[in-house]
Amino acid sequence: MRKLSMRQAVNEALHTAFNSDENIFTIGEDIAVYGGQLRCSYDLLDHFGAERVRDTPISEIAIVGAGIGAAMIGRRPIVELSYMDFIGVCFDQILNQAAKMRYMYGGRVSIPLVIRTQCGAGLGNGAQHSQSLENILSHVPGIRVVMPSNAYDAKGLLLRAIRDNNPVVFVEHKALYKKKTEVPEEPYEVGYESEVKCQGKDITIISYSAMVNVALDAAEQLQEEGIEAEVIDIKSIEPLDMKPILKSVEKTGHAIVVHEAVKKSGFGGEIAAQIQEYAFDSLKKPVLRVTAPDIPVPFARNLELAYVPDKNHVIEAVKKTLN
Amino acid sequence: METKLSKEKMLEMYRVMIRIRAFENEAIELAKANITRAAVHTYNGEEAIAVGVCAHLSDKDYITSTHRGHGHCIAKGADMRRMFAELMGRETGYCKGKGGSMHIADLATGNLGANGIVGGGIPMAMGAALGLQIAHQNNLSVSFFGDGASNEGSFHEALNMASIWNLPVVFICENNKFGISTSTEKSMNIEQISDRAKGYGIKGLTIDGNDLLEVYKTFAEVKAHVLSGKGPVLLEMDTYRMSGHYFGDNENYRDRADVDKWKEKDPILRFESVLTEEFGVAAEELKMIEKEENTAVLAASEQAKQDPEPAIEDMMDDLYDPTFEEIAWQVFVKG
Repeated sequence: MRKLSMRQAVNEALHTAFNSDENIFTIGEDIAVYGGQLRCSYDLLDHFGAERVRDTPISEIAIVGAGIGAAMIGRRPIVELSYMDFIGVCFDQILNQAAKMRYMYGGRVSIPLVIRTQCGAGLGNGAQHSQSLENILSHVPGIRVVMPSNAYDAKGLLLRAIRDNNPVVFVEHKALYKKKTEVPEEPYEVGYESEVKCQGKDITIISYSAMVNVALDAAEQLQEEGIEAEVIDIKSIEPLDMKPILKSVEKTGHAIVVHEAVKKSGFGGEIAAQIQEYAFDSLKKPVLRVTAPDIPVPFARNLELAYVPDKNHVIEAVKKTLN
Repeated sequence: METKLSKEKMLEMYRVMIRIRAFENEAIELAKANITRAAVHTYNGEEAIAVGVCAHLSDKDYITSTHRGHGHCIAKGADMRRMFAELMGRETGYCKGKGGSMHIADLATGNLGANGIVGGGIPMAMGAALGLQIAHQNNLSVSFFGDGASNEGSFHEALNMASIWNLPVVFICENNKFGISTSTEKSMNIEQISDRAKGYGIKGLTIDGNDLLEVYKTFAEVKAHVLSGKGPVLLEMDTYRMSGHYFGDNENYRDRADVDKWKEKDPILRFESVLTEEFGVAAEELKMIEKEENTAVLAASEQAKQDPEPAIEDMMDDLYDPTFEEIAWQVFVKG
């Protein structure tokens, strides 16, 4: 099968979406002519025109607000935030508007809105363009948060998110854009359920987004050392599918969580808490978290490399847990 | 353009103003009795704006509203029993008791919702206008907000975006002179809020928001302007918050003399004079309307009081829409 980068896969999903439903449109900074800071919306303007593919001013409040308003009256907007860090600029529209509307109005409105953005460190973008802020979003009931780990899932999850009648923040890790995986040409969807990426009997490694690949690399090396790790990609922070995780922990008795976001109040805490809440009797050791340290993302190459969790951090945590 | 008004239309608008006033006065009584639980922000003194504007809107035209939103809701055609029920936190309320006074939405009448965040609805009204434009629907969107909201970033971003895309949206600034306790003299350094329109290259104007006929006639022109593709409009309504910020406000920040001065400009009293003196409507006819509306309001309130509280078992419902849109994905082959 042909291979596509995650950027190409997202682009293909967008073309499919635009070709399938005239209610779908997209707005964002530099997305039309320039192809976006995310570089995924290239060709969309050429194929679908300036009415449905619009460059905006640098106005994140208006970008998200426009998406909410259009979604409330039946359109299906895909709005782009150039960097996830920019949710700080427009957080009211996410926190108090998009996330609250349906519940606050007694279930009488739907907000079929997709907010696409990129997260993650590793490319020297510094403290304000490199964060993974999914847990800030997951703390707000009413908003879905989806984080693909590869090109195949990105295409399928994005099409799923576009059909979702709820606001979805779709978070693409910038270090994954060039990574290629097999991607079918025909349209398909990937669900929000957690997926067991490789099976093992000794320890469960739970991860999402770019860190899934780090976890898989670690599992491969551990295999050579006779340790069988089961790696689970949760794909979606909200909704969170815990079933495969609990089932796995019941089998392995050990678990670690790996994510790129900082540790304190990070999503790893939530997963660890749920494991002890629902599978305490299966646990032989505490659930460790492999994360970035609790500092802003540093700039210098060596500092940033030290900041982002790597295979060795995962292996170290696995061995600490098993010994 | 609907600028020629029949007597029937004028009396209907009078009736809606009276209905709003009666609703708010009853809401104050409910607040006094602690039946509404939390703050009730009344629209007293600003009725001419919602009524004069919404008289031009259909259910396919959208509005966003504010924490002071009961008047917009009623002018857009909301049912008072369901509104009272929402204020009281009852199952039969517009939001099943999950929203409250500041969060009533009614999509059936094009009301995209009141908002507890100052300026929160302005970008969404702009977004609704974008949605209308993309679907080639010949309707418009109206955002009601106050003087305080015009100092929020959301206001400035939304006006600019609406301008560059020529969106069919009217930004209605109800300048009632105070953001809670802080006066416009203290919070801005411009003569008129409509002056801000210049900064975004759109039409801006200020009118007497306590003059129902002026509101009605001006909005007819503004609507025509917007729908003809000439771009959005910032329409400032000069008005005054006759009550405190909410029931129970000690109002230590303003002179009673000012309040009394504005009470003489009460939009309902002014319109009554116009109706009786210029259009020969009998005072008895107006009294009859007032009586009918008071009766209807009290009946709606009483009904809502009898309505059940929401079931605790339903508390977790309504967070997410469980459905996915049916879309048959069509592969796109790049030429």
